Amino acid sequence: MARALIHVPPSAKRGEVIEIKTLISHVMETGYRIGVTGQPIPRDIIEDFVCTYNGEEVFRAKLYPAIAANPFISFFTIATESGTIAFSWTDQHGATQVQTAAITVE
Amino acid sequence: MAGGGVFLRIATRPALATPETMQEAVRTAIGEATVKKGRVKLDLPPIVENGNSVPCTVAVESPMTATDHVKAIHIFNEKNPQPNVISIKLGPRAGRAAFTTRIRLADSQTVTAIAEMSDGSCWSDDVDVIVTLAACLEESLH
Amino acid sequence: MRRAAAVIATLVAAATGALAAEIPLDQRRPDSDFISADSRAMQNDDTANPAMLVLLDGETLWNTKAGAANRSCADCHGDAEKSMKGVAARYPAYASELGRPVDLAQQINLSRTMDQKAPAFAFESKELLALTVYIARQSRGMPVAIKEDAKAKSFIAAGRALFEQRQGQLNLSCAQCHDDNWGKTLAGNLIPQAMPTGYPIYRLEWQAVGSLQRRLRNCMSGMRAETYSFGAPELVDLEYYLMWRARGLPMEAPAVRP
Repeated sequence: MARALIHVPPSAKRGEVIEIKTLISHVMETGYRIGVTGQPIPRDIIEDFVCTYNGEEVFRAKLYPAIAANPFISFFTIATESGTIAFSWTDQHGATQVQTAAITVE
Repeated sequence: MAGGGVFLRIATRPALATPETMQEAVRTAIGEATVKKGRVKLDLPPIVENGNSVPCTVAVESPMTATDHVKAIHIFNEKNPQPNVISIKLGPRAGRAAFTTRIRLADSQTVTAIAEMSDGSCWSDDVDVIVTLAACLEESLH
Repeated sequence: MRRAAAVIATLVAAATGALAAEIPLDQRRPDSDFISADSRAMQNDDTANPAMLVLLDGETLWNTKAGAANRSCADCHGDAEKSMKGVAARYPAYASELGRPVDLAQQINLSRTMDQKAPAFAFESKELLALTVYIARQSRGMPVAIKEDAKAKSFIAAGRALFEQRQGQLNLSCAQCHDDNWGKTLAGNLIPQAMPTGYPIYRLEWQAVGSLQRRLRNCMSGMRAETYSFGAPELVDLEYYLMWRARGLPMEAPAVRP
């Protein structure tokens, strides 16, 4: 499990546009760097990032090797209702990691 | 997972992408739609502090309603080994068509952001950036 | 005759003016003044600073029992937010066990081997960096508290000598960049004064967290000089001088640097 840090405001007014910030530990190895052996270090990247709000997808990103190590993505969503905002990161091997945050919407 | 020290040899990377492969990547992403300049603001530092991690923000003017919103934002480059940087899918639930991330840039070049609207139109912005190598390159970690 | 006198005068002036001038105390500025606004913002945002991911690992290690003594750091030191407050701000510090100063990472290993009876962490290992980040963070905002007391004097002097000596194929000293040319541009970045108040740092060039020793070795190889090994007394003496030179400046660890 890679370490991840998420910032979701714990509460918001209904209809308010909130900013969400996410950071996950990942080397995002491009596949172009030459290692000690003289051979390229194999590519190893996160490819997909999805955010769902009470199960509905609200943001999706396809990442390429040009995304810096320890990917940071911040974006916006409308605080529609109280519930769970879920974040999933899937790497090129298909492994997925999910983390959630709770939000109270008045 | 973020390694403490992977050995990095010579820092000149093969720059394999070209303006042509970038155009191909754009067509793959948005089909044959005409791209017009405007409505998109791509924020990148003109002189990059370190090409390994460049803060990058895209914001698109849009009411983000069900009938008038940004449905995708793509970032392309022309001198990294690969032309794609990131592709975002969003919709009216976003409230604001904007995001921030950190990207890698291998060389001085033009970076382009293209937004696809719900009505099928495409808009873009581009920024020229200067990228230098670090003054003191590291040798073996051990 | 007048021309010869002028030449002699110039040579004399050049010879006596050759020593690097120490930065006046009131002109000292933290290294974060010399990075981009974006990097400063990243440093100060706990959700954007990748070193905070490493800090979480450090917090876990702090609370994990280890070694033959089966003790965690917390078992003796309790809550790090209380017990470690101000600690990083006074390292390097004299270690009576060794009769010489150690840096914070070496102190962690001393506690690990002597009190936890566990094997020392390797220099620059994930675990050692994580614990060092976690402990250093607890001093954020506090002034560097290094004093040039009787025990410290000779080591700080040795560090200063290293800082001022020319070395390597480029025959450069640290002082020539960091005392004499700070604020000027070197390959797209500004030269800082080399006030190491932010270590361990997340360095964009490394795409990882690393120690001051790693950075010093990186500088030295950049100068085409032979580097000291990790843990070498020279690196600790140099850090002791640099931290004394930075006395009073606020701790920033874990910082972001290009």
